[in-house]
Amino acid sequence: MAEFLEFKNVSKRFGAIQAVDGVSLEIKRGEFFALLGPSGCGKTTMLRIAAGFETPDAGQVFLAGREITDLPPNRRPVNTIFQSYALFPHLTVRDNIAFGLQIAKKPKAEIDREVETMLRLIRLEDQAGKKPDLLSGGQRQRVAVARALINKPGVLLLDEPLAALDLKLRQRMLIELDMIHDQVGITFLYVTHDQSEAMSLSDRIAVMNAGRIEQIGAPAEIYEAPRTSFVAAFIGDTNFLEGVVADHPEPEYSRLRIEGLPDATVYNDKQIADGHKIFLSIRPEKIQISRDRPEPKPKRNAVPAVVEDVIYLGPTTKYWVRAGEHRLQVLRQHARFFLDEKPIRWKDDVWVFWHGDDGFMLEGFRRDDEKLVAAPPQKVGEA
Amino acid sequence: MKRSRFPFIVTGLVLVFFYLPILILVVDSFNASRFGGAWRGFSLKWYVRLFHEPAIWTAARNTLVIALIVTFVSLLLGTTSALALHRFSKSRFQRVHYTLIYTPLVVPEILMGISLLMAFVAAGVKLGMGTIILAHVTFCISYVALVVLGRLQDFDFTVVEAARDLGATGWTATRRVLLPMLAPGLAAAGLIAFTLSVDDFVITFFVAGPGSTTLPIRVYSMIKHGATPLINALSTLLLALTFTTVLVSQRLSKSGALEGGQ
Ligand SMILES: Nc1ncnc2c1ncn2[C@@H]1O[C@H](COP(=O)(O)OP(=O)(O)O)[C@@H](O)[C@H]1O
Ligand SMILES: [Mg+2]
Repeated sequence: MAEFLEFKNVSKRFGAIQAVDGVSLEIKRGEFFALLGPSGCGKTTMLRIAAGFETPDAGQVFLAGREITDLPPNRRPVNTIFQSYALFPHLTVRDNIAFGLQIAKKPKAEIDREVETMLRLIRLEDQAGKKPDLLSGGQRQRVAVARALINKPGVLLLDEPLAALDLKLRQRMLIELDMIHDQVGITFLYVTHDQSEAMSLSDRIAVMNAGRIEQIGAPAEIYEAPRTSFVAAFIGDTNFLEGVVADHPEPEYSRLRIEGLPDATVYNDKQIADGHKIFLSIRPEKIQISRDRPEPKPKRNAVPAVVEDVIYLGPTTKYWVRAGEHRLQVLRQHARFFLDEKPIRWKDDVWVFWHGDDGFMLEGFRRDDEKLVAAPPQKVGEA
Repeated sequence: MKRSRFPFIVTGLVLVFFYLPILILVVDSFNASRFGGAWRGFSLKWYVRLFHEPAIWTAARNTLVIALIVTFVSLLLGTTSALALHRFSKSRFQRVHYTLIYTPLVVPEILMGISLLMAFVAAGVKLGMGTIILAHVTFCISYVALVVLGRLQDFDFTVVEAARDLGATGWTATRRVLLPMLAPGLAAAGLIAFTLSVDDFVITFFVAGPGSTTLPIRVYSMIKHGATPLINALSTLLLALTFTTVLVSQRLSKSGALEGGQ
């Protein structure tokens, strides 16, 4: 049996807001599945529907083949790690963790044993007698994990569990969560608005926007082959180019007519027919930049451009260049920074070039999504 | 720079105005003199005499029994009411409910006393402890509800969801998480109800019947018989009781919800 937690056409509306809009999703047993999307896109609502705190207006939820749509939260083999952790402040760490088993009226000896195991898993044996108020943010988060895991849920739901932590701690907890997932083998449904969290942890990611799923896939798939402008722009940075498919010099490749630029060769796995208008997404790091005209190669697209801005970022440098009417961002990793040829500067004439496989034709494009991409700098006093 | 003395003077006068009479009363209760005024030396004899008055003991017992029952009942009803007000704060029905809860705080006591009396008479209820308890509960509920409501407003209900998530039924989550976390607020509300019940005179005066005399009523009838030193002693004791409960309840309501509720 592949699907373990399954949403079928689930919708939920709050007044005028359609929080979840006909979402279908299948999560496999043992999978680390991330729900990624900007704030307000309906991620928490999805989790709350899975946990039983919200009843969907339409659609069904299945767990291990059994419908759980209308089951109250206490009767679902699902546990949640809340965004604020929601630890019980009046109980000690030990009693917080033991809560689920006490409710289930398990024998005391068993509860004690399980709690000890959990305390070891989260390495808080020496803090067991403390109240949650006395713990640090990271420790609280671990108690929340233990409290949820002790019930051996079928699915663990995590709602932005790292959002409240500072950067360094977040990175540590990231590794820790990953280890815990490997150790317990429970299905994780992980909600986050942070793409790097989702990328580094998940087996698969569903990108959500305005109550809908835009794309589901492995992290690399989502990043390398975004299907919509939203996915391309929300996950990492990108350049959008608008063009018309002119013809097919090769079965898998099309020539694209882009206004103000030479024709470009692009990979066309979607078999978009000649004459169609399409949008292309090219990630900044896929574009190369040099002072000299690059050697022509098959499927290489080269365009002359002028540097408008140079932003030094440490491991990389970002160049904003203008090619015709288009402004493109180019990211360059510098090996041997000081030994490189004469550095590229503002107002230099350069060439930018990319391989036909690196541009990606989008199935869906919305103008609005351009706002998600880093905006080109507006120079003071520039004509 | 010279600071104005004016605020100090005003504050001083206010304090004197409020507390001097009380201070005189307390001091006088230890005065050996029968008529107060001149100091005839320290004495506990009025207290001793007080403890030998059977009528005082009956009144004290009545007051205590009434206050305890009133505290319990109004805590139960007031908390339930606060939970409903908080949970369904947007419904029109609950806005009416809120107004009803708020009204007893602004209606003059004498009006409440008279109307309750008329209601009891009309319903043919015999006046006594029962009617006093009912009357006290009607206004204590309001205080309890408002104090608890203040607590609920900054209560994060995700903990209740967390309990449900971990397998608790609605009732278990309430009993094991909501109530223990609200306990300080409930205790504060209970102490307020207790104090209000012990202290109430006006409403009690209307709805009391034979054999249900409370301490404030007793004090009043003693004044009519002119037993001043005894009244001083009794009042001092009542004062001490009230003060202690108020202090304890303020301790319990650190967040200031108590002030907000009154
Ligand atoms: N209980 C609720 N009442 C009204 N609106 C809600 C409620 N819960 C969520 N919403 C709205 O639904 C949308 C999605 O919310 P949510 O699922 O919390 O998004 P996310 O977790 O992705 O930030 C938001 O616009 C939010 O304001
Ligand atoms: Mg959320």
